[in-house]
Amino acid sequence: MSDVNASASTKIPVTVLTGYLGAGKTTLLNRILSENHGKKYAVIVNEFGEVGIDNDLIIGADEEVFEMNNGCVCCTVRGDLVRILEGLMKRKGKFDAIIVETTGLADPAPVAQTFFVDEDVQNHARLDAVVTVADAKWLSERLKDAPEAKNQIAFADVIVLNKTDLVSAPALADVEARIRGINPYAKLHRTERCQVALSDVLERGAFDLDRILELEPDFLANDGHDHHHHDHDHHDHDHGHDHHDHDHGHGPKHYHDEEMQSLSLRSDKPLEQDKFMPWLQELLAAEGQKILRSKGIMAFSGDDDRYVFQGVHMMLEGSRQRPWKPDEKRESRLVFIGRELPEALIREGFQNCIAA
Amino acid sequence: MKDTAPQQHAMASIGERVRPVVIGSPVAALYFIGDHAAFVGDEETITLVSADGEKAAVAVHGGAILSSVSDGKRIITGGDDGKVVALDIKGESSVLATDAKRRWIDNVAVHPDGTLAWSAGKTAFVRGIKGEEKAIDAPSSVGGLSFAPKGMRLALAHYNGVSLWFPNMTAAPERLEWAGSHLGVTFSPDGRFIITTMHEPALHGWRLADAQHMQMTGYPSRVKSMSWGMGGKLLATSGADRVVVWPFASKDGPMDKEPVMLAPLQARVTAVACHPTQDFLAAGYENGTILMVRLTNGAKVVVRRDGEAPVAGLAWNAKGSMMAFALQNGEAGLVDL
Repeated sequence: MSDVNASASTKIPVTVLTGYLGAGKTTLLNRILSENHGKKYAVIVNEFGEVGIDNDLIIGADEEVFEMNNGCVCCTVRGDLVRILEGLMKRKGKFDAIIVETTGLADPAPVAQTFFVDEDVQNHARLDAVVTVADAKWLSERLKDAPEAKNQIAFADVIVLNKTDLVSAPALADVEARIRGINPYAKLHRTERCQVALSDVLERGAFDLDRILELEPDFLANDGHDHHHHDHDHHDHDHGHDHHDHDHGHGPKHYHDEEMQSLSLRSDKPLEQDKFMPWLQELLAAEGQKILRSKGIMAFSGDDDRYVFQGVHMMLEGSRQRPWKPDEKRESRLVFIGRELPEALIREGFQNCIAA
Repeated sequence: MKDTAPQQHAMASIGERVRPVVIGSPVAALYFIGDHAAFVGDEETITLVSADGEKAAVAVHGGAILSSVSDGKRIITGGDDGKVVALDIKGESSVLATDAKRRWIDNVAVHPDGTLAWSAGKTAFVRGIKGEEKAIDAPSSVGGLSFAPKGMRLALAHYNGVSLWFPNMTAAPERLEWAGSHLGVTFSPDGRFIITTMHEPALHGWRLADAQHMQMTGYPSRVKSMSWGMGGKLLATSGADRVVVWPFASKDGPMDKEPVMLAPLQARVTAVACHPTQDFLAAGYENGTILMVRLTNGAKVVVRRDGEAPVAGLAWNAKGSMMAFALQNGEAGLVDL
């Protein structure tokens, strides 16, 4: 739960940089380190030498994942990261933020979970966002044969869809649709040679409960391309829209990924906190291996504050955030991203939490 | 866990015996070498303070000081500059080793005969007094290093247990297993037990004769400070809002025994240091309070109350006539007994 002693602003933001082999992580990293942005980053890399910049704040890591001794098989953390962050904290003031690069074959969960379970890490650092670099040319293939690539897309808060110059416009639309079939909520940026504004990648506050995203799928939220009129009315869910290829001119294609999906739920009737919290905790305890990410903004009956939460597998962090504004619609919204989500079970459980 | 009743009456104080010292930057650990208190900073320097309060800062690393240890004569430090450095009683520093790949030196240890050990990532190095060097790879990153009190044997804490290595023998290290990440490691002074601090809030121990396990759990936060007291009859630990003391006098150590809990406050204990000869210890808390606590009955005396930072470390000189303390923010002091 959130720390009262060290406010979010005094904690050092940590960006987790993932992406399958060859997608362009190192290109992005080199840009972050060489561009003149007036900020200094400590970078934890999985292999020395890839980054072409000499900097005493580049630290090699071993990606050592271990299971917590609490009987929960998916409660894995990065032990080496705990140690490195502890060492880096001795040099607080010498850098503004930390970037953790993972290997192309890594599951982002243990990195993210390290920020949920380790008290010392939580006191000094905060997870800012998981940024996934994806290769526009090869991602579709990798989504078929590499479970790691799919995990990385599912986990992302920001996706840098790189090497767009190597594919045709229809192929690009196709790969975007595949990404959206898995994770409609991440911010997506199309790039060549990772030419993305660094402010779109760093200091996102995606894990910050005070800034928990408007839980709108990003492709509905319109990021500047040409589908401002497509009119499928706010579906309550992001998959299962009949699986027909929506063919409305310039709207994006919709893919349903058989394995990994997202599910969003909403209610404009208040929920019963005494029912919802135990339900959510039990759901994550039982299904947390399948549920990669969860996020929600909740309106509870008899409570004038918004309650926000975010989870990684079985780990959950939540707090009362702020009072609902007078003109704000008191609507509860939550999303789950995971594999083989038990949709009917989740929907039914959620319905049962609505106050009578 | 059993408890001593919190005492209601006002505590006696020895605050008038505290001589404040300003280190001025964060302190990670402290030791006595001879009659000098040595305050190891988070970065770059060690500040030596003489018995009459004279200060001298010595630069030892070009970055963070990640690890330190002392045998009472020297302080050995490991840095994020990949160097192992020794500082002697005269205040002279020397670089003992430099990692070929400039990896962080995560841990250091020193044997009573002067043999050194250090680790970078998974690899631990030992250098004997004649300069001969040996290396061994642990199954995962080394969390802690400690020499056995007798014989030339090094314990390496890592994931899922401890490796016990005789660097002068060719045999593979003996492995003591227990699931989880083991960080700090210490032998009991009689060499019968080995104890680790774990990533989760617990200690784990083994009786070396038969590798019997000892689970020491129930802490609200990770244990970062341990100190053997009363000639090794007990082990005092930080991590709770009172000093947790485990019994080691009997042949079974703390197996099936409850710890004794001393000096409860509304703040967590962050540092403990048992007096080298007497039956009391110094305990430092996260609110900057320092108490002297009698191990036999829990009687307390206040050294100082409340501060702006947690107590980072406590140390006794060899005779036990002087104690040094430091808070994380660099406030420090000497206490004459």
